[in-house]
Amino acid sequence: MTDTTFTTAPQATAPKRRIRWGRIADHAVLIAGSLFMLVPLLIVMQTTTVPDAEIIKHGPQLKIGNALPDNFNKAMFEASGFSGENTGVRMLLNSFILGIGFAVGKIALGMIAAYALVYFRLRFATAAFWLIFTTLLLPLEVRILPSYEVVQKLGMLNTYQGLIIPLVASATATFFFRQFFRSVPEELVEAARIDGAGPVRFFIDILVPLSRTMIAAMFIIMFVFGWNQYLWPTMITTDEGMYTLVRGIKQITQVLEGASLPEYGRSNLLALIAILPPVFIVIFFQSWFVKGLTESDK
Amino acid sequence: MKWLPILLLLPQLLIIAIFFYWPAAHAVQSSFYLQDPFGFGSTFVGWENYADLFGSAEYRKVAWFTVIFTLLVTFLSLAIALLLAVKADNVLHGAKTYRTLLMWVYAVAPPVAGFIGLIMFDQTFGPLTRLFGQFGWDFVLGVNFNDTAFAMVLVSVWKQVPVNFIFFLSGLQSIPRSVREAALIDNRSGMSRFWDITFPLLAPTGFFLLITNITYALFDTFGVVDTLVKGEPGNNPMTLVYKVYVDGFRGNDLGGSSAQSVILMVLVLALTVFQFRLVERRIHYT
Repeated sequence: MTDTTFTTAPQATAPKRRIRWGRIADHAVLIAGSLFMLVPLLIVMQTTTVPDAEIIKHGPQLKIGNALPDNFNKAMFEASGFSGENTGVRMLLNSFILGIGFAVGKIALGMIAAYALVYFRLRFATAAFWLIFTTLLLPLEVRILPSYEVVQKLGMLNTYQGLIIPLVASATATFFFRQFFRSVPEELVEAARIDGAGPVRFFIDILVPLSRTMIAAMFIIMFVFGWNQYLWPTMITTDEGMYTLVRGIKQITQVLEGASLPEYGRSNLLALIAILPPVFIVIFFQSWFVKGLTESDK
Repeated sequence: MKWLPILLLLPQLLIIAIFFYWPAAHAVQSSFYLQDPFGFGSTFVGWENYADLFGSAEYRKVAWFTVIFTLLVTFLSLAIALLLAVKADNVLHGAKTYRTLLMWVYAVAPPVAGFIGLIMFDQTFGPLTRLFGQFGWDFVLGVNFNDTAFAMVLVSVWKQVPVNFIFFLSGLQSIPRSVREAALIDNRSGMSRFWDITFPLLAPTGFFLLITNITYALFDTFGVVDTLVKGEPGNNPMTLVYKVYVDGFRGNDLGGSSAQSVILMVLVLALTVFQFRLVERRIHYT
C-alpha cells in the first residue's frame, strides 16, 4: 500500500489539474441527479407547512410556515370521505397491516415451499416446481378482473384476507429461498443428519438461523412492495375503513379537484405520510436491501 | 414422514391454484364469450372479442401509445441511471450520501409519485407549469394529450431511475480491480474506456434491467397513469393495462377486457421467454 503512494506521489503534479476537473464534473452530475430526485419531495414538504390559501396564491416558497400542526391534525384525524372512517390514522394502520401481512405471508410460504423443493425427493417435484414458477410469469395486473371475481365469489371483498392472500400468490420469495437453500453446503445437512436432527429440527435450528440476513432483506423488499400496492387494493376495498394510504391517494386527489378551496396542506401531508415509512426502511437498512434486491436476479 | 414435503408445499400450491390458475384460466375462457350487459348469461363468440380489439382504432391508438411510452421510459430511465451510477462509482467523497439521495425514490409508490406530479404540474401554482410558462408553453395536465403524456413519462422515469441506479452501481462495483487497473493503463481516455471495457461488462445487468424496465413501463405505471389522468380517461393517453381496467371495471365489457388480459399475458410470456434465454446465455459465458 505504502509503495504505491510513494511511486505515484512525485508525478502527481502534472495530471492533477485534469483529474480534478473531471471530479468536479462527476460531482456536478451527481448533485444534479440528487436534486432531480429530491426537489419534488422538498416542494411537497414545504407546502405542508403553510395554510392552503397561501399555497394557492404563491405556490411553493423558500420558507417554512407554521401550519404543520394544523395540517397534521386534519390529515390524521379528519376523514376525507363520506363514511368518516378513512382518517389518516386508519389508513396508516391498514397500510402497515398490508405491508407486514404481505411480507410475513410471502416469506413464510416461500420458505417452507422452497424447503420442501430443495431437501426432499418428491416424485412430482418437477411438476410442483413448474406450477409454482409459472406464477412468476404473469403479474397480477394482467389477470386483475378474474382475480377480482374469484375473491368476490369467496366473499372476501373488503377483508384483509382478500387484500393480502391473492397478492401472495406468486413465487418470488419461493424462488429466492430456493436459490439460497441450494447454496447451503451439503456437509451441514449431513452433519445434522448424523446428529439425529429430523427434518423439522433441521429447518428450525439450522436453516432458519442461516437465512436470517436473507429473511431480513426479503422482508424489507416485500414490505415496501406490499405497502405500495395500488391496483389490487383499489379494486378489493371499496369500504373506506379498509383504505390504505396508497389506495386512498385517489380520493385525496379527487378532493383536490372538486373543492372550492382545495386542502393542499392536508392532502400533501397524507402523501408524505404514505412515502415516509417505506423510504425510512429502505434508507436505514440500505445494505441489506441492496443485497437482497441485486441478488434476487441471480 | 412421507407426507411432510407434500404438507409443506400444500399452502403455496393451494393459494396459487385458487388465486392464480383459476383466474388465469377464467380470463382465457371469458375472452371467448360475450357477456350479457345485464348479467343474464353469456354466449360463445369464438375469436370475435379479439377481432373486435384488433379492428378497433381506439385499441390500436392505446397500443401505439403504450409502445412509445414504454420505449421512452425504458430508454430514459436506463440512460440516466447508468450515467449516475458511473459517476457515483468514480467519486470517493460522498459516495454513500449520493447513493442514499439517488435511491430513496425506489420506496415511493407509483400513484404517490403521480400525486407529486400533480402538485408539480398544478394549473395555478405548479412549479413546472410556471417554469414552462416562462418559455411560452401553456402546460395543461389532464386536458392536453401531449402534455399529459409528457408528465406520465417524466414521473415514470423519476420513479424508475433509482432501481436501475442500484443495479448498475452494484454491477460496476463487481468489476474486479485488476480489470479496471489494466484498462486504466491501456486507455487514458475515460470515454473510450467506458465504451470499450465497462459497458460490455455491464451488458448482463443491462439486459436484465431492460426486461425489468419494459415490464415496469407496461404494468407498474398503472398508478402513475391513474393519478395523472385525474380519473378522467376521456381524451387522455393511457396504457394497455389501464385500458383493461377501464373497460372491465367501468365499461363492464368483460369479454373484451378478458381478451385484452390474454393479449397482455402472451406479451409477458414472450418477454419472459426472451429473458430466460438471455439468462441462460449469461450463465454459459461466465
